[in-house]
Amino acid sequence: MDASPYLPSPRFARWRRWKSGAITGILVACALAVIAPLFLVIYFLLVRGYSSLDWSFFTQLPKPTGEVGGGMANAIVGTLTLLAMATVVGVPFGVFGGIYLAEYGSDRANDWIRFAADVLNGVPSIVWGMVVYLILVVPFKTFSAYAGGVALGLMMVPLVMRTTEEVLVLVPQSYREAALALGIARWKVIMVIVVRTALKGIGTGVIVALARIAGETAPLLFTALGNNFWNHNLKEPISALPLQIFAYSISPYDDWHRQAWAGALVLMALILALNITVRVLSRDRQSTL
Amino acid sequence: MSTLPETARIPAGAAPVRVAAAPATASTADVPVEAEEVAFDIRNFSMWYGQRQALQEITIKISARKVTAIIGPSGCGKSTFLRSLNRMHDLTPGTRLEGTLRHFGNDLYGPGIDATAVRRRVGMVFQKSNPFPTMSIADNVLVGLRLNGMRDRSVLQERLEQSLRMAALWDEVKDLLNRPGTSLSGGQQQRLCIARSLAVQPDTLLMDEPCSALDPIATAKIEDLIQTLREKYTVVIVTHNMQQAARCSDRTAFFYMGRLIEFDNTRKIFTNPSNPQTEAYVSGRFG
Ligand SMILES: Nc1ncnc2c1ncn2[C@@H]1O[C@H](COP(=O)(O)OP(=O)(O)O)[C@@H](O)[C@H]1O
Ligand SMILES: [Mg+2]
Repeated sequence: MDASPYLPSPRFARWRRWKSGAITGILVACALAVIAPLFLVIYFLLVRGYSSLDWSFFTQLPKPTGEVGGGMANAIVGTLTLLAMATVVGVPFGVFGGIYLAEYGSDRANDWIRFAADVLNGVPSIVWGMVVYLILVVPFKTFSAYAGGVALGLMMVPLVMRTTEEVLVLVPQSYREAALALGIARWKVIMVIVVRTALKGIGTGVIVALARIAGETAPLLFTALGNNFWNHNLKEPISALPLQIFAYSISPYDDWHRQAWAGALVLMALILALNITVRVLSRDRQSTL
Repeated sequence: MSTLPETARIPAGAAPVRVAAAPATASTADVPVEAEEVAFDIRNFSMWYGQRQALQEITIKISARKVTAIIGPSGCGKSTFLRSLNRMHDLTPGTRLEGTLRHFGNDLYGPGIDATAVRRRVGMVFQKSNPFPTMSIADNVLVGLRLNGMRDRSVLQERLEQSLRMAALWDEVKDLLNRPGTSLSGGQQQRLCIARSLAVQPDTLLMDEPCSALDPIATAKIEDLIQTLREKYTVVIVTHNMQQAARCSDRTAFFYMGRLIEFDNTRKIFTNPSNPQTEAYVSGRFG
């Protein structure tokens, strides 16, 4: 029987299999190279940090210099407080800015705003710290939780603004038209119907921004400053995980080094949790839009 | 179907319709008859998308409480015409218009006219059903009222049932009012959109190919619904489907290349059109 014309010669088939195998191998290696750092980070944090992670780490204040033990309870609460304040500052400006870009702005104005947002996204975080230091720390003559929250919040604005714009643009025009055809005023159509349709996407954008800023250290150095005790007044300095990690890592004490690793592990877990929330939220994004 | 006597054809009224080589001047018999109330009185109405003219000097009187069908090949300006009846073009940048368009005597494009108020009286149903995805069936129906400030729960409840009944959907959804609007079938969704439009109590309903995405059974339901709507509402329906125009309209307007070619009683358009282009189109020879 004649060989089928669709059947390659055995030699060619072997060469092709070899080629296919080689390409697959290269691609797998690249993919591993991309995710390997994540596993390295998690591996080292677990090895170094997990052993120092005990109950007191979550419940106690730092011990005075040189003493063994204590924890980062105030820094954990401080980070959560700062994130909450950053949300209060960053979300309204970011969301309304995004609404303006998607629904109102002229092409020319939008080009400028987007350009500005992209530049702001690239402003080094320490510069945010310096600017807020001048605006909120110098005039009030004190480092404060407020200043830290504002510094982080300002960093959130361009992030939230761009993602809000992106999800609003995805809301089909047909919903806007249907709502307008009911005799609903345009601003209500946008604020109630369009934004509501995109709410999950906007929420996702906010969490992504929170994950981005949760670990920021530089903007807090000249604003929130850090605090070895509980913060009872937002007008006073507040502790935060990244600040505490920084302070402990540059100290000469072994016990503090161990605690710095534990703090890094907790911070990383927080950021990972935020990212997982995003994944879960955006899993059925299709149904929202 | 209309029971109006077919009257002798008279050239279009005051409208100075430009007589181009082709297509010919719109031939509109003297519809509506004198006694009928006019819902839309449109004269020399032209519209442009940027440089491109989409409607050319349309002059037509659309009667109140009648079903008027707009037919014509794709791209001839049917949707453009329909959307100018409730100022949906306001949001499309670069659109421009000329001529007058009166709705029950009021100039819709006059100075200071609030397009939102216009749309409350002139509702619109779109080709693709589009219930709001984050809202329940009940919320979909009531959103127009609520966002216009209606808080009275008994009124809302009453309007909900009334609108769904009018849209022939009540019996199917009365136990599912809190389910998402998007959980309904395609035909039900389209009737939900009709109920949503009716809830704000317009007097005119525009429909842009409302059945083109539906199966024959769902289409029949919507057509039945249109028959009941004509008792209270002025209905203008764009359709690709000539049988549909023949079945459910009183008047038919044939558009071609942005012009109104012929407007007459539906029976006349489909049995004895005056214009050869209309004749060619309704007999399926082009379009
Ligand atoms: N938003 C728009 N911008 C520019 N041109 C448009 C727009 N909408 C429609 N047109 C053009 O206007 C003409 C009429 O379109 P349309 O009214 O949608 O036709 P129909 O509904 O009869 O199929 C078409 O040539 C179309 O390309
Ligand atoms: Mg169309």
